[in-house]
Amino acid sequence: MTMDEYFVNPLVLAILVPLLGGIGVAICGRIPNLREAVTLGTSLVLAAVIWSLLPAVLAGETIEFIPPEMVEGIGFSLSLEPLGMIFALVASTLWVINSLYSIGYMRGNSEKHQTRFYICFAIAIASVMGIALAGNLLTLFFFYEALTLSTYPLVTHKGDAKAKAGGRIYIGILLTTSVAFLLPAIIWTWTATGTMAFVPGGILAGAVSGGAVGILLLLYMIGIGKAALMPVHFWLPAAMVAPTPVSALLHAVAVVKAGVFTVIKVVVYVFGVDFLAGEASASWLLYAAGFTIILASLIALRQDNLKRRLAFSTVSQLSYVILAVALFVPGGIIAAALHIVAHAVGKITLFFAAGSIYTASHKTEISQLDGIGRRMPVTMTAFAIGALAMIGLPLTSGFISKWYLVMGTLDRDSMFALMVIMASTLLNAAYFLPIIYRAFFRPPVVVKGETDDHGEAPWPIVLALVATASLTILIFFVHAPLLALAEALVKGGL
Amino acid sequence: MTLAAHLPALQVALPLAVAPICALLTWRSTAWAIATLTSWFCLAISVAMFIQVRDHGVFSYAMGGWSAPWGIEFRIDALNALMLLLVTAVNAVVISFARLSIQQEIEAWRAPMFYAAWLLCVAGLLGIAITGDAFNMFVFLEISSLASYILVSCGKDRRALVASYKYLIMGSIGATFFLIGVGLLYMVTGTLNLYDISARLPDADFSRPVLAAAGFITLGLALKFAMFPLHLWMPNAYTFAPHAVSALLAATSTKISIYVLLRFEFIVFQPNLDHHDIQFSSFMIPLSILAIFVGAIAAVYQGNIKRVLAYSSVGQIGYILLGVALLTTTGLTGGILHLFNHGLAKAVLFMAVGCLYFRYRTCKIDRLAGCGRDMPWTMAAFVVGGMSLIGVPFTAGFISKLYLVKGLLEQGALGIFLTILFLVGSLIAVIYIWRIIEVAYFRPRAEGVAPVKEAPLSLLVPTWGMALANIYFGIDPSLPLGLATQSAEQLILGKLL
Repeated sequence: MTMDEYFVNPLVLAILVPLLGGIGVAICGRIPNLREAVTLGTSLVLAAVIWSLLPAVLAGETIEFIPPEMVEGIGFSLSLEPLGMIFALVASTLWVINSLYSIGYMRGNSEKHQTRFYICFAIAIASVMGIALAGNLLTLFFFYEALTLSTYPLVTHKGDAKAKAGGRIYIGILLTTSVAFLLPAIIWTWTATGTMAFVPGGILAGAVSGGAVGILLLLYMIGIGKAALMPVHFWLPAAMVAPTPVSALLHAVAVVKAGVFTVIKVVVYVFGVDFLAGEASASWLLYAAGFTIILASLIALRQDNLKRRLAFSTVSQLSYVILAVALFVPGGIIAAALHIVAHAVGKITLFFAAGSIYTASHKTEISQLDGIGRRMPVTMTAFAIGALAMIGLPLTSGFISKWYLVMGTLDRDSMFALMVIMASTLLNAAYFLPIIYRAFFRPPVVVKGETDDHGEAPWPIVLALVATASLTILIFFVHAPLLALAEALVKGGL
Repeated sequence: MTLAAHLPALQVALPLAVAPICALLTWRSTAWAIATLTSWFCLAISVAMFIQVRDHGVFSYAMGGWSAPWGIEFRIDALNALMLLLVTAVNAVVISFARLSIQQEIEAWRAPMFYAAWLLCVAGLLGIAITGDAFNMFVFLEISSLASYILVSCGKDRRALVASYKYLIMGSIGATFFLIGVGLLYMVTGTLNLYDISARLPDADFSRPVLAAAGFITLGLALKFAMFPLHLWMPNAYTFAPHAVSALLAATSTKISIYVLLRFEFIVFQPNLDHHDIQFSSFMIPLSILAIFVGAIAAVYQGNIKRVLAYSSVGQIGYILLGVALLTTTGLTGGILHLFNHGLAKAVLFMAVGCLYFRYRTCKIDRLAGCGRDMPWTMAAFVVGGMSLIGVPFTAGFISKLYLVKGLLEQGALGIFLTILFLVGSLIAVIYIWRIIEVAYFRPRAEGVAPVKEAPLSLLVPTWGMALANIYFGIDPSLPLGLATQSAEQLILGKLL
């Protein structure tokens, strides 16, 4: 392979673009306007690169970048398949909107160290691309860790004691679980099969059997701490000390989705769905996911801090994906893939709204939000759309994925999963609808000595949240390409 | 006979001969230049010998034309080649780095003698790595040890003298034990050539002196390579030695002692002593696990960055010994590879510390707060070294740890238990490296510390050369991996004979 091919390869480009953008940001650090232009420009270029790959993937072509292996069965490799396409599309597209939002938020709140912020953000996105495009477990693991490390400065951005404590939990849990569980699982897989590659249909069938399958699956599921399956979920609320754009993109979209993406990837391409469906020792996953969904929702119900409530809602929603996967039927895999997108657009809208409220009024608690819908109608309408998507009502993205999820549970004939979904839908409604009610139908409470004459947040913020709210609705109507990708995943991968 | 045929002799003789010339010079830059040039020549020689081994297999050289077992035999196989490459490469890079760093730490009039001692130390290390004669090994071990006591005592801090003295006492006990062991073997077999000893032992009348020899040699060497709990000399020696010396010693000197142990264990003792393999592994495995934990945990609590690295070495030696103690091809491959890779990682870490000290004039972690912003290139190199130490994929350390874990997993239930301990140990390594990274990047500058500039290029370029080697051998490990695999196979084969 010549030097040219290394850089012309679009997969390499997808990782290099944000990295180069990060360097550009570092160079332009002194001139804020130029720096932000570089960030926005980079995000647009990356989105263009990723979208340009879509036709080829839909046509069933494989795009790969595989340099010579280091050791037998071990090496760096990139390979694009439908699931990775979905994840890369979501992350790169939302990065564009998020960049716009970040600019409004960081300037609106006069945050410090903005250059470091944008550099780390770009590196984090490059890592996300690496995860989405990884062609084997080792490459995925490498970028998985890179994502953890590059987001640490973002989580602790404020630099005060609270931010540092949150950051410690964040990095402590994610690093510990990945090194102590994910890495052994990968090495176990490698010693059992002699390869680390993602192969449609899985590689483990025949190599491990019986109770070992359940244990290996357990190692993977705990090891993938980013998927926030209980009991390794508590890094997620701790990470909410981050500035809102970070929470929005990284903790509703990139980091947590990297987690559930890895879960799907491992189940489909390492274990193989059929293999797991036939192994009784793997069935615990369904119950663990169901348990997480319900318990996280119950905890969310009791949170007054808006971002914490959203965080627990995320924990619960992530386990929808795991639940869908754990059905071990094709319909479940489709639902899981769709839910990555559906939840991403909805949750980012909710976080954007939370950040918008904070920027305009410096309010963080739900009990302070009485009547805020009158001052911030656009923000709160977007919030309502996002909330409806979480509940899974028609006209929002959430409905699509939930529909397929229910179909999957019927395929599998799992009463347990169906009950969990129904109970959780009710719980979702119970913790989101009161916020909307407060915002629009309660009279504003005026605290003495406080002027409450704010309006909407700065325009980049409002523009960004309108965009994501529109996407939430748009996906309900135009979900054919997504569905095509998800079906291609099932067809090619099972 | 052409000069090329005498490469093995030249490898050792060149630094040995240049050392007195250095000592006689009065200008330190000239002394440094000569020593550096010699070091690069040594590297070239070891590369040439590596190519010869790769293309034509094992070859041997009779010193002075006296053939073995009467004369001293230099015998170069894959393991020798790897050790020679490690020592010469690290030495060449570190001495290129040393000029400014040493200029700051050592008075001008002492510098020529310092470089002479340096070359003697290297000559000793190379001699150990190349010779196939037990007594000759002892002589070179002493040459390198005596020289390294001098090197350590040259540290700027007066405590370097005490550290060096402690090192001297422990090192001398180790050397004495080693000599006693060699003497016992000589008594039983009447020969000093390693392979000859091995060939004659089955005819020996008694095995008890051989067992005693195994005990003395193992213990003596364990003192030299600072196996827990015989590591007490090491943290102080590394902390107070000049930075370039710490880099050289940490990367090469302990490694060479482990190499000697490998030779004796697998050529002499295990083939000829019943059940010695079980004795060896049941002695080594618990100690190496303890070393991993004690070293790593102690490293977490150190306030001096060099002390962190020194204790980390205690732990990393535990990893190497653990791999060796498994007595399987995979385990040995992992252990030998880790010898090499840990050498690379420690060298870059100590060199980065040297850069930091050059500007900050301190090694206290608290005083270095915010150094990542002032010295981005230095700290980036440190991070690369740290990643390699932890074993992050696509750095050298990952490959060796992968083989070590694979070797452990081959052991069944005990292996799984050891793997868990191994990984927990690695996690602690994450903690002590991360602690430094956090201080360097996320803390404001300590009070009363003035902002500093990036280190000068003559320090940075060698440091980064070493950092890139850590990445290169993580992406394409074929060279060290090939040699390590070959050595492991040869050693295991020797054991079975």
